[in-house]
Amino acid sequence: MNAYHIVVCGSIVPDPLQTLEPVTTATGPALKNEMMLPAVLDPWAGHALYEAANLARSAPGSKVWLVSLGPKAKLQQVMMTVAQKVPFELVALDAPAGGFAEAADVAAALAESIQAIPGLDHAKLLVFGGWESASRGAGVTMQMVGERLGIVDQFQGVDQLVINPDGSLEILERVEGGKHQVSRCAGPPALLGWATGNLPEPKNNPQVGMANMRTAMPALQKARPTKLASAGLEFVSVTRPRELRATRIVKDKSPGEIAAEIVQWIRK
Amino acid sequence: METVLLLAHVEPDGSLARSAREALHAARELHKAITGSNLLVALVGESVQGAADSIAGCPATKYFGAIGAELSQSRYGTDAAAAAALCQAAQATIVVAPATSRWNRVLPGVAQRLGGQVDSHVTGLGHAGGKPTVNRWYYRQRIEAALTRTHRPWFILIDPSSQTACDCGAGTAAVELVPVNLAGVGGHTTVIGIREPKADAQTIRPDASLLFVTGAGWTKKQADGQTHVAEAERLILDFLKVTRASLGSSKSLVDLGGEGQAVLPFLSHLNQIGQTGSTPRHAKGLSTCCHGEEPHTVGWRFIGERRAISLDPNCGWARGKADVLYVADAFAVISKTNELLNSNQ
Repeated sequence: MNAYHIVVCGSIVPDPLQTLEPVTTATGPALKNEMMLPAVLDPWAGHALYEAANLARSAPGSKVWLVSLGPKAKLQQVMMTVAQKVPFELVALDAPAGGFAEAADVAAALAESIQAIPGLDHAKLLVFGGWESASRGAGVTMQMVGERLGIVDQFQGVDQLVINPDGSLEILERVEGGKHQVSRCAGPPALLGWATGNLPEPKNNPQVGMANMRTAMPALQKARPTKLASAGLEFVSVTRPRELRATRIVKDKSPGEIAAEIVQWIRK
Repeated sequence: METVLLLAHVEPDGSLARSAREALHAARELHKAITGSNLLVALVGESVQGAADSIAGCPATKYFGAIGAELSQSRYGTDAAAAAALCQAAQATIVVAPATSRWNRVLPGVAQRLGGQVDSHVTGLGHAGGKPTVNRWYYRQRIEAALTRTHRPWFILIDPSSQTACDCGAGTAAVELVPVNLAGVGGHTTVIGIREPKADAQTIRPDASLLFVTGAGWTKKQADGQTHVAEAERLILDFLKVTRASLGSSKSLVDLGGEGQAVLPFLSHLNQIGQTGSTPRHAKGLSTCCHGEEPHTVGWRFIGERRAISLDPNCGWARGKADVLYVADAFAVISKTNELLNSNQ
């Protein structure tokens, strides 16, 4: 099998179990106590990273980089866990990672960092990432990264990548109605925005963690401060939905009575 | 002066999907709200005349088309070339498009290519203080924002089912065909086709009026101390068969498979709703055996009427979020429901 240079773009998001409250700051909307919220690796980016590591394992000579943009201190916290999952080399960018950051600015910073990776071979390049983040949730950043890198073979909502014997890539992308589009790409360079994929989260491996942290800590220390300008973007309002329904609680009816009520409601 | 462009792709049969008509409605409303603006239409596909004729009654002043066999398929390289050529031909300042999987894949890249900006998953358009605004959600449907941009071109991808479909009548549209240079952009990727579950195994039905949500409780030990996964499978599939509902699942239930636990074999990550799944739009939703707080319940943020069946009267999934909470055993209730639905058919 051919060797690949796999660059995974993945940032951090607040732990999904946290309550999020928007606030207005001098630089635009943000989350209340954003720096205090526990963070995790963005879930779909995590799937991309695990798929990248799996592919690299099966293709000797391959290498995985994780390009991650976020506040340096939070990145370090999250990397302590993520680094124990799979082998990769970290490229860190010190910048706000909140959902209100401008996707185009993030894409520019990511693309610039990818282009600056020493020894990266465009002919072996596979750029991976989540198809959407759990913060901005836009699903636009990866495409802009791809455009900046000149990659016109792009796939989004990817659930499966198979390397064919001839080196071509067979890719399953999510489309409407619970279906997948099957495409065959002749080979790298290509960009894949991953959905869930098929791999479970790898168990923590302290040895992998120690190896990764040898390069991750210096990468974090020299993380380049990156300014996100958000030019021309103005938030008119940012609010939490206040909708609270008056739930009617039905406790004392038999299954038959409840079923009758549900059937009537379905048919209404 | 703003030039509002509806940018849509036609379906394999040459028609326009409902999502495209919804985007047209949004574009038309935006055009009406911006004094002195133009409304144009651009279509991509193997052939676009039929689709253009089907909306010829809309107030668009010009129709553009990019056609060819290569454009019948959904593929980044060819779609990007076609969409960019159409936007340039129309000199669009605001591009409104349906957020289909095809356009979601390519239009952010086209925005980058044309030096524009893009907002996706837009659920509403407005016009405040002389500026067009869009509404979209952040943090997986947990925070809603309205925003505006001064940068042009501005690409706006409208989430399907969030708008009224345009009902402008048919007629004859004069379509100006725009040449697209596809050299070197499509040959590297070949679309093989669409893979879908067998008809009787297809449980995701975006057009269904009812979303049926199954939670992890279906695979847990029941009152007799045993699990009843086979019975759960039969009950759920029977319910789907008779109601033609779409099936959603909580993350925990989908993840059980990865943890080696008993699973409902027809559930995949595609069924998953919530924080790391989808947020489908249906008129009604019925959740069963679901537990959890806000991150999970965002899965039915856009469900109209909501009912839940749970043994826990304080269940965070249902209380304050459902209209009705039935405190009952879902096995017994769904079994009776299936009986009633089958007997009344």
